[in-house]
Amino acid sequence: MKQGFFTITENKSIAAGTYLMRLRGDTSAVTVPGQFVNIKLDGFYLRRPISVFDCENDELSLIYKVVGGGTGAMSGLEPGGRLDLLTGLGKGYDLSKAGARPLLIGGGAGVPPLFWLCRRLIDAGASPLVVLGFNSERDVFCTEEFRELCAKSGSRSDVSVVTVDGSYSDEFGCKKGFVTDHLPSGYTYFYTCGPGPMLRAVYDATDTGGEFSFEERMGCGFGACMGCSCKTKSGSKRVCKDGPVFKKEEILW
Amino acid sequence: MVTPEKAKKPDTSVDLCGITLENPVIPASGTFGYGYEFAEFYDINMLGTFSFKGTTLEPRFGNPTPRIAECTAGMINSVGLQNPGVHTVKSEELPKLAKVFHKPVMANISGFSVEEYAKTAEMLDDEPQIGWFEVNISCPNVHGGGMSFGTDTKAAGTVIDAVKRVTTKPVLAKLSPNVTDVAAIARACEAAGADGISLINTLLGMRVDIRRRKPVVANVMGGFSGPAIFPVALRMVYQVAAAVKVPVVGMGGVSSAEDVLEMMMCGATAVEIGAANLVDPYASLKIVRALPEAMSKLGITRLSDIIGAAAQK
Repeated sequence: MKQGFFTITENKSIAAGTYLMRLRGDTSAVTVPGQFVNIKLDGFYLRRPISVFDCENDELSLIYKVVGGGTGAMSGLEPGGRLDLLTGLGKGYDLSKAGARPLLIGGGAGVPPLFWLCRRLIDAGASPLVVLGFNSERDVFCTEEFRELCAKSGSRSDVSVVTVDGSYSDEFGCKKGFVTDHLPSGYTYFYTCGPGPMLRAVYDATDTGGEFSFEERMGCGFGACMGCSCKTKSGSKRVCKDGPVFKKEEILW
Repeated sequence: MVTPEKAKKPDTSVDLCGITLENPVIPASGTFGYGYEFAEFYDINMLGTFSFKGTTLEPRFGNPTPRIAECTAGMINSVGLQNPGVHTVKSEELPKLAKVFHKPVMANISGFSVEEYAKTAEMLDDEPQIGWFEVNISCPNVHGGGMSFGTDTKAAGTVIDAVKRVTTKPVLAKLSPNVTDVAAIARACEAAGADGISLINTLLGMRVDIRRRKPVVANVMGGFSGPAIFPVALRMVYQVAAAVKVPVVGMGGVSSAEDVLEMMMCGATAVEIGAANLVDPYASLKIVRALPEAMSKLGITRLSDIIGAAAQK
């Protein structure tokens, strides 16, 4: 974990209520996909935990959804501004388990951490399969970025985009329903992040080992306050410090 | 020209129940774990001491989540005394702490019966690193224990008396602000043998998610802390310091070296830092470092001189 100031280089809307923020600063503590940063915002007492969308050299990218006053204020910040960040928080995904054909399953605001994971898996020689779920066409983001990435290791068609209402379609047609209605076969391991009900459905629908990233309301974000505890098969764990990523075999629903 | 007097470093030490603290800054229980995790961020020996996570006889998971709600200049928590239990604290947490902290630590204990408080204290009494007991009779987040002991003069006295019987270490009673007359509770603890009083624990509060039309925290209510409660804490420290002869440890929304001075002027011998640690893991260290300069600016050469200064006529 590291505390440091980052400069905003970009902050723009990319889908309904969804923003991409790029920051420049000391990213040395940001080491594993699935980790998050905790951002201090003027006028708000607690920091805002946001997962890392991408990280390369001194550039850190975050994708966040406006859900309340804090993220609302964040969406209005201008490039050039400085933010106080705690970086390198949490235990991320274990890339060593991926195998040749890992499956990445993201839902809504849970899609962003899978991007950096996808890139790192490809760098490590894997050919990921990706299923991205959104409520509606207006919520869809970053699908082209995922397709470009996956074209390097396999094919653009390795990425499936699913909308609950079936309002989105692209060169690969329209996939309606939930991510679990469109899971491919032949994957070696899976990584997922998304809303609670989706994670539960993924747990039931998958037949290999895998890892889940959970969300919980946090106090500190670095393991001190016990605000985000959860029960696992190996005892109580802190989502912020022992997670947010947990292995399938640890999870208690 | 710098005179020898001016060049001298201000003396930040204070005496708490016969043990000298290098400085009066004490991270509060529940915001600092068992210390060793903060040792990853800085040398925690820079602190006066710290009060470790409220420990009970049996392990506790605590309350359901969500346990946290944000407020203007503060937060609500309803953690509910999550801790691994006194056996694990002795066998795992304290040995880990001993590797990184070389000062006496304050042992915060809680219970659901008088016997549980006493048993927990008795089991921790032989731990050489424990300097003080801080008996939490003020947790707002558990039922049938915690705060129910701290809102009644008789029950408060009974708990303190029971703990005093099993230890020779100094015993501080940690009081709740959720009472009509905090001075009466403090006096009852002093009469039962408390060697010091610490206050305030969190104020009982709540928030509602107006979209879901439901309380934000699963346990409905929780403890409100942070800078918003600082004036309430100052007032209660002032009232208690006037009511008892034993030392008072002040806390509640303290966020800066100036806040420490203000609280000491109200009668606090030492000052605990709570919620600030959760927003900035370096908060307590920053206060320790800022203290000498804050003192110099006000012409304070010895910190212990200002204890209760605001109460003197």
